[in-house]
Amino acid sequence: MCGIVGLLVKKPELREQLGELMVPMLIGMTERGPDSAGLAVFTEPLPERQRKLSLYSGLTEEGTDFDWLGFADDLQSHLGVEVTIEAKGNHAILIVGTPEATKRWIKEHHPKLHILSTGRFIDLYKDTGTPSEVAGRYGFRSLTGTHLVGHTRMATESAVTPDRAHPFTAGEDFCLVHNGSLSNPNSIRRRLEPLGIQFETDNDTEAACRFLEWRMREGDDLESALQKGFDELDGFYTFLMGTRDELALIRDAFACKPAVVAETDDYVAIASEFRSLAKLPDVKHAKIFEPKPEEMYVWRV
Amino acid sequence: MESLVRERAAATGAPPVTGRMTFDLEQQRVRDLNQFLHRGLGANGVRHVTVLNPDGAHSIAVGVDAPIDVDIEGHAGYYAGGMNKQARITVQGNAGPGVAENMMSGCVHVKGFASVSAGASGHGGLLVIEGDASLRCGISMKGIDIVVGGSVGDYSAFMAQAGRMVICGDAGDGLGDSLYEAVLYVRGSVRSLGADAHEEPMTDEDYAAVESLLRQAGFEHDPKAFKRIASMRSLYHWNADANQEY
Repeated sequence: MCGIVGLLVKKPELREQLGELMVPMLIGMTERGPDSAGLAVFTEPLPERQRKLSLYSGLTEEGTDFDWLGFADDLQSHLGVEVTIEAKGNHAILIVGTPEATKRWIKEHHPKLHILSTGRFIDLYKDTGTPSEVAGRYGFRSLTGTHLVGHTRMATESAVTPDRAHPFTAGEDFCLVHNGSLSNPNSIRRRLEPLGIQFETDNDTEAACRFLEWRMREGDDLESALQKGFDELDGFYTFLMGTRDELALIRDAFACKPAVVAETDDYVAIASEFRSLAKLPDVKHAKIFEPKPEEMYVWRV
Repeated sequence: MESLVRERAAATGAPPVTGRMTFDLEQQRVRDLNQFLHRGLGANGVRHVTVLNPDGAHSIAVGVDAPIDVDIEGHAGYYAGGMNKQARITVQGNAGPGVAENMMSGCVHVKGFASVSAGASGHGGLLVIEGDASLRCGISMKGIDIVVGGSVGDYSAFMAQAGRMVICGDAGDGLGDSLYEAVLYVRGSVRSLGADAHEEPMTDEDYAAVESLLRQAGFEHDPKAFKRIASMRSLYHWNADANQEY
């Protein structure tokens, strides 16, 4: 079992409240996912040439005591250009102009440092702990942005570790969270690995995430990629995905895993259960519906 | 069927309301509510319980065994009214998965929509859903009557053994797959029937049954607009020649 939450605000003035609106949603899904939690937030974009990397040091020896400033200094002298870093305990957001060179350097010099996401819009946080603990650890309440994708995990398919928590990412500015379990993640992996697509965990959700991102990189738009997902991904799933300007939701043909949507003039909110939507402002007047199986729901910023 | 009718008559003929009680789930736990419903009614003479701020909580008013009214003033989560005996339970909003699952008697009435597996395995009583019901509505029903004002999702009435389902809207794929003796009445279209389900002519008895169920549910439709779906009973006996193709 797992819990999913998503929120997209329709009015620019609500972007400041994104985190505050979302935290009760995430905590509302604690019973569905008490072992880990995570969240991807889509923010104001960086300039065209810059990228931000969300980094996680919890799997290094130093853990939360990781020397982020020393790390940034070393990276800066290697690249010969300025980098910016903003650290929150075992997480940091690094802003660079050369993401590929940076990633190579990190893999070589800090192999245990985990790169959670890359993009111009996306910041990503995930860790083990209850949703309340994780939200407090990284100050989720103060997050701002246009939309976000969150997850609370009760592990079934792979171990309880920070890197197996959701959201998963692939490519740039794309993330996916999953409630359910896939039955063919290994055959998906065997198809993607010969194409040079590397996996970081043995988690089934990572296979779905990399499959969909691969389709979009091959030229599919989100809808075509999701259609191929319906054809290729076998198992039970409610998937919620975030792109730079969209939230997308799909459910398997048997609707085995729950989802409910509340929409007002101010927001679109998605959760596994109404429990997580109950405290949203004016939810009593929201249009509430259950997404149908094998249908695509895409909301644009 | 006679015993069902008797039980329902007993439920609707409950004595007039003598005492009311309100539970606010913002302040109180579902466990407090359910323990009161199981053990506290007699001592307090309460016949009508109102549940405020249900906010999608699970297992609201499960296992009630008394001819009382329970009003749930909002949206209920999983299993609302499950295992109900005798009580008339109303969900003013939407219901989560498994509403009225394994109901024995009484009535559960959902004003909004119901999620998957509504009325699953129900033995008796009446489940009314004013909006749509999601997939697997009435799966393995064993005597319950279900009336859906809207449409039902795929695989509804899967392996339904006894009871009746009235669908005022449309049905999805695989309606009535592997039906036993339950009977389904559909007003709208059926995307596809499941294995061993087929349409049969409506008899006077069927029209009377639909008319009665619609009246109990409070829906105004012409029984003549419904068609009857029942089992072909070809799966009742092993057929070695079927080659696993049904």
